[in-house]
Amino acid sequence: MSSSEELQRLRAENEALRAELAALKRSQQPPAAQAPAAAPAANGGGAACPAFAPWDGMHHGLDKEQISRYSRQIILHSFGVQAQARLCRGSVLIIGAGGLGSPAALYLAAAGVGRLGIVDRDVVELSNIHRQVIHKEASVGVHKALSAAEACRALNSSILVETYLEGLKPDNAVELISEYDVIVDASDNAPTRYLISDACCVARRPLVSGAAIGTDGQLTVYCHGEDGPCYRCLFPESPAAGNCARCVDAGVLGVVPGVIGTLQALEAVKLLSGVGDTLSRRLLAIDCAAGRFHSVKLRAKSPACIACGTSPTITAATLPSYDYAAFTGQAAANDAAPAPLQLIPRGERITPRELQQRLAAEPGALVLDVRPLEQFNICHLPGAMHTPYKYFDRHLDAIRTRLGASAAAQPATAAGAANAAAAGDTAAEQNGTDTASSPPFYVVCRRGNDSQRALAALRRAGISQGIDVVGGMEGWAREVDTSFPTY
Amino acid sequence: MDVRVLFFARSRELAGTSEASVTLEPGSTTTVLLQQLLQKYPQLQELQGSFVFSLNQEYLAPGEEQPLKGGDEVAVIPPISGG
Repeated sequence: MSSSEELQRLRAENEALRAELAALKRSQQPPAAQAPAAAPAANGGGAACPAFAPWDGMHHGLDKEQISRYSRQIILHSFGVQAQARLCRGSVLIIGAGGLGSPAALYLAAAGVGRLGIVDRDVVELSNIHRQVIHKEASVGVHKALSAAEACRALNSSILVETYLEGLKPDNAVELISEYDVIVDASDNAPTRYLISDACCVARRPLVSGAAIGTDGQLTVYCHGEDGPCYRCLFPESPAAGNCARCVDAGVLGVVPGVIGTLQALEAVKLLSGVGDTLSRRLLAIDCAAGRFHSVKLRAKSPACIACGTSPTITAATLPSYDYAAFTGQAAANDAAPAPLQLIPRGERITPRELQQRLAAEPGALVLDVRPLEQFNICHLPGAMHTPYKYFDRHLDAIRTRLGASAAAQPATAAGAANAAAAGDTAAEQNGTDTASSPPFYVVCRRGNDSQRALAALRRAGISQGIDVVGGMEGWAREVDTSFPTY
Repeated sequence: MDVRVLFFARSRELAGTSEASVTLEPGSTTTVLLQQLLQKYPQLQELQGSFVFSLNQEYLAPGEEQPLKGGDEVAVIPPISGG
């Protein structure tokens, strides 16, 4: 038996002994010495009626207030006082206080889970709150774990809520996870998902894994029992980074993580209480747009799995040095902006401020906006041509036509180039012969990465007079027009 | 014979539909179906095989081949990681 299992066994034994002791004390103490919670009748004018010790023949250890608070699920036929007592003695670690963690933490606090741990490392932003309903407007800028813990304590002051502000990392994962009975993966990125699953295999903890993006959600219980598979059993190869859309890029309908996070709380309650059948060896995939809930029966764990198979290479000794970023090809980033791409040399790009000067000097200059339609529709520069990067190849002919029209309409291209030079740019001379035949045009996106990719595609297609704008429309909002909406 | 294909998450975006009906020669297998799906929706190759493939709500291991019959339902479920 591992030390963590021993610890867990001792904790349970300790709780049972305490409950027994409390019951014995109640049966032996004179009425006047009873604990206040157990003697409301004495304060309520019922002194004439001798109080008697409540009989806890089931040794559940719940006090009167707990029984009152949780009565609606205690009287539930399939649940009962023992299941509630197991919740009150139990502990759950929730990794991520975002869209999934919000409802999960609230429901688990409300349900009376005795000890909740909340792990996050971000602060609340206004754009989080449409789905991360545990946080309030007043919490913007506050650490998410602290904000979530405060909300849990406000719901239920009788439970213990612990916070971890540094996030989950390979060097602290196994130790942290070992301190809790059930783990809830409410994280938002692939490297953290593999880390949590691996650590749950090592620490032998059941893992309630949920995920949501767009209008899709997924839910399953990993690492449960002797034969329950882990995340790696199902996905031994990490999906390509491009297929792991993040909420910040792809968007998410707020209620979708709400549905999945709530179901995660339900699975955690079932695991702790021992009531009902969990989603171990079942994967639930939901398509909220189609209104489709699809459950797939999974196999037992894979003997070849490197985390939970017959001869795992991921162990307590090796996990802390495992490179999850390298394995998944992604950093454990979250809603943060992606790292700036350096595809087009800096000397061939201009700042938003320079763009403003050029547009003033070159009336009618073409601006290509390569953001997705939904983002373009929020706000764009006047007259910008919408050519989303995702379907960029389809727009090449239209861009050529438009550039040809611009060239015809502006025979005095040299004047445009002179204006550009006068505007103090650094990119005026880089476009070779094409610059002479048509005026330069400008490519923008949200932050300045896709615009470089689009520009590279244009150059491959022989259209070389485009100029990239560093920082994209977010840069424009910072440097030029602070009223331009960001998202 | 016709089988029904459900696309979830990224596979739905790549295929451009949440479900499709695929007509196969009688006696075809799941391997044949997967080949046909990749021909009909070449964009699905982007998933590089990293998805759960199920037949009538039961998981199929990568490379596992099962016979199909008319009315069968398969699902393509790539992992998602958002939260």
